[in-house]
This record gives sequence, structure tokens and C-alpha cells, in this order.
Amino acid sequence: MVPFAGWEMPVQYTGIIDEHRAVREACGVFDISHMGQFFINGPGAATWLDRLLTNQIASLEIGQAQYTFLLNEAGGVIDDLIAYRIGAEDFLLIVNAAKVAEDAAWLEEHLDEGVNFADRSDRHGAIAVQGPDSARIYEEIFEGLGAPPLPARNGVVFIPMAMDRIFVCRTGYTGEDGFELVCPAEATPGWFHKVLSAGARPCGLGARDSLRLEMGYPLNGSDLTPDHSPLEAGMGFAVKLGKGEFIGSAALAKQKARGLEQRLLGFEMLDRGPPPRPHYPIESGGEVVGEISSGGLSPSLGKGIGMAYLPVALAKPGTEIDIDIRGRKLKAAIVKKPFYTKPSP
Amino acid sequence: MSQPENLKFAESHEWIATAAETAAVGISDHAQEELSDIVFVELPEVGRTVTKGESVAVVESVKAASDIYAPASGEITEVNTALEDDPAKVNSDAFGEGWLFKIKLSAPDELDSLLSPEAYAAQIS
Repeated sequence: MVPFAGWEMPVQYTGIIDEHRAVREACGVFDISHMGQFFINGPGAATWLDRLLTNQIASLEIGQAQYTFLLNEAGGVIDDLIAYRIGAEDFLLIVNAAKVAEDAAWLEEHLDEGVNFADRSDRHGAIAVQGPDSARIYEEIFEGLGAPPLPARNGVVFIPMAMDRIFVCRTGYTGEDGFELVCPAEATPGWFHKVLSAGARPCGLGARDSLRLEMGYPLNGSDLTPDHSPLEAGMGFAVKLGKGEFIGSAALAKQKARGLEQRLLGFEMLDRGPPPRPHYPIESGGEVVGEISSGGLSPSLGKGIGMAYLPVALAKPGTEIDIDIRGRKLKAAIVKKPFYTKPSP
Repeated sequence: MSQPENLKFAESHEWIATAAETAAVGISDHAQEELSDIVFVELPEVGRTVTKGESVAVVESVKAASDIYAPASGEITEVNTALEDDPAKVNSDAFGEGWLFKIKLSAPDELDSLLSPEAYAAQIS
């Protein structure tokens, strides 16, 4: 167990590689109760969220979700989150554990008339069920309970049950099909065990990190920071500059017009050696040009992979860089993300 | 798992064989279990003189890089090159084929300050 944003969390149950493979090949379940749940409603909720978040909330139908960013005025990332439209004027935001307090303070500071904001992180737990087998597990755990079918990708359904208010979201952080189940805190262990009984492997933080890294998904605090914009992070798909002004939009528009100086690039190791890890310096032509933001051994690819903010001049796939690992310079090459692509069935 | 009898242990989870003047060193079964999935082992150079407590090797699992400290002073006489191709031997046989390096002890008395198998078992329980 390790401390994580005020929680005690398992790095692994049976082993990171085992758990990683279970998610790629069958199904794994993660306790993600550490993540924050914000509920927002009111006649002005959609408009208000669109002035705070980068993606376009107004374009969401009821039952749909989108990946989006909360930015500071300079266009740097405060948090990345998923916004779910659960009613015409009702929204659920799922935010990073380490950012709950900061996000909540920011939202409250910017609150508008006609908008209610409630941080219900303490009262909710959540589990993520991920892997090609997850749809079968959904059927099994809700069998006979009259639950609606699993929503489409990025969809969310509300399942009112006798004691539980449950949201099921077809989202995840692994690159596999899967769903996330948000329920009252006291009901979470029961659902976790139900999913285990249905055949999922319990997975810890270690596999959660290796799975998301293989997909090139950024991790807040490592790959996303207040010093970099979502454009630099390569997440422009979640930034809708055309929707009207939002906090950070002026800075992003300027950055876009001027051209990016740095981008979050993916690389893979060419030399055999130790896995690349966060903060190892990166050199090009003998000059330090950046440091690793996320890195490790890819269990699916069997080689070291990582990401780093690097000058755009190095962005072309195949460009060679050197990773300084405890004083040894090991060769790596820029590659396109995702690092891992699912083999076609 | 019980700890083999002819070994002594450091609090930092290294074991050292006590039977001969040139002693094999590895990490405990408990340590390999905690690290799990060892994917790389960086070994010292043969001929290097090391002092007890000095960082001499690195064992890397999927999750982290861990320093390995010399449990005793002396000269490195041999390293387990088989780990270059198969670092997972440290997982499968921590007290046997997963040994890391051998030290020709310069101060064998230092072993007295290390933990007995029983004392180490108590530390990790």
C-alpha cells in the first residue's frame, strides 16, 4: 500500500504485469474511490461550465460524456476531467483525487447565479471495470436487477436502486472497453466484490499507470501541469476555441497563432537497458532539451516507453534522442502515440 | 517462506552467504515479492572495491528502481551475468539463481552486525 492524495492505495494485488495483461486480454477492476465527484445543476449550469472548461459542454446530449480541461488564466492545466451530462441542467464531473480541493475552490470562486455546485467526493466511491470482457461482467452483476443496457462509448446511465444511486459510465483510462461505476461510498466494496466474483482481476495503481502510459494518456501532475497547455499536451481535440470565451482561451488562442514551442512527445527506447523513468534528463546533440514526464516498461511491447515535453523540432517520428539514465546515455526514438495499438481480432 | 540458514540479512533486504570468504549477495525473497516483476538489474563492475552500506547495484521492477547496498566491504569478484537476459530469475529464485554479485570480504567481522535469518524474518513479519 502507498499513500496517494491522502488515500492508502495498493500498487498491485498479484503483480503489475499480470494485472496489466488481465485488462488487455480479459478484465480487471480498479478501486477509483479516490477520484472526486462534483455535481452541478441549475438553469445556468451548461453556460457556466462552458466558460470554465475547454471542451463544449453545450454539445453534450443527456447521457453523454466528454474529456475536458480546467485551465488557469495563462492556459495551463489545473485538472483534466470527464464531464457527464446526467440531465438537461445536471452535470457530474469526475476529477483527479489530488485536485479535488483545488478544483472545488476554483469552481466556487467562479460560481455564477443560477448554478449549484456540490463536491460530493466524500460520499461517493467508484470502481473502474476495464477489459474486453467488461460488457459480459456488466450483464452478470446487474442480472435480474432491471438495469438498462450498458451505454455506448462515452455514455452514462443512472440506475436508481433500492439503496443505491448508481451511475454507470462507459469510460476509462486503459484503452480497453470498460465502464466506471459511481455509487455511494458504503456500497462500493459490495460492487467491487461482485465484479471480482464475476471474474475480473483486482488491479492496483501500478497497472493503472502502465495501461494509460501505453495509450499515451497524460497523467495530471506528471504530463499535465499548470506550466503547459492542453495544446502542448497534444489534447487539442478537447479544446473548442470556437465556442466562445472560457478561462484560458485567450492564452491558448495566442499560443496557437504563434505556434507551439514544445509538445508532449512519445518515445521508445532503442538501446537495451533500464526502463526510462520520470525526471531522467533528455539530450539531443549533447544538449539537455527536457526531462521525462512519464515513463516505464511497457508490459505489452516489452520495451521502455515514455513521454516528455520537447522542442517541436524533435517531433518527427524516428528522431533520435538520448536518455540520461544514472549517467549512461541510452538511445531512444520519437514515436507516434498511442504506443500500443490493439491487435485486430 | 523460511529464510535459508547459511545467510545473513541487511535491514535493507539484501542477503549474503556466510560460508566462504568470497560471498554471494542477493535480495531476499520478501524483497523480490514486494518489488515483483523485475525487469532490469544493473550490476557493479568486477574488481570494484565497495564499502559496507554503499550503493552498488540497481534492481528495477516495473514500478520502481531500487538501490542495492553492499552488505559487507570487499572487492567484487563476479557478477551474475545471466540476469542480463533473464532478470526475472531474481523473482523466481531469489536465494539461488537470482544472486547478484560476489564479494571477497575485506572485513568478515562485519557480518556479525547483520541479521540472522530469524531476526530478519521477525523484521518483515
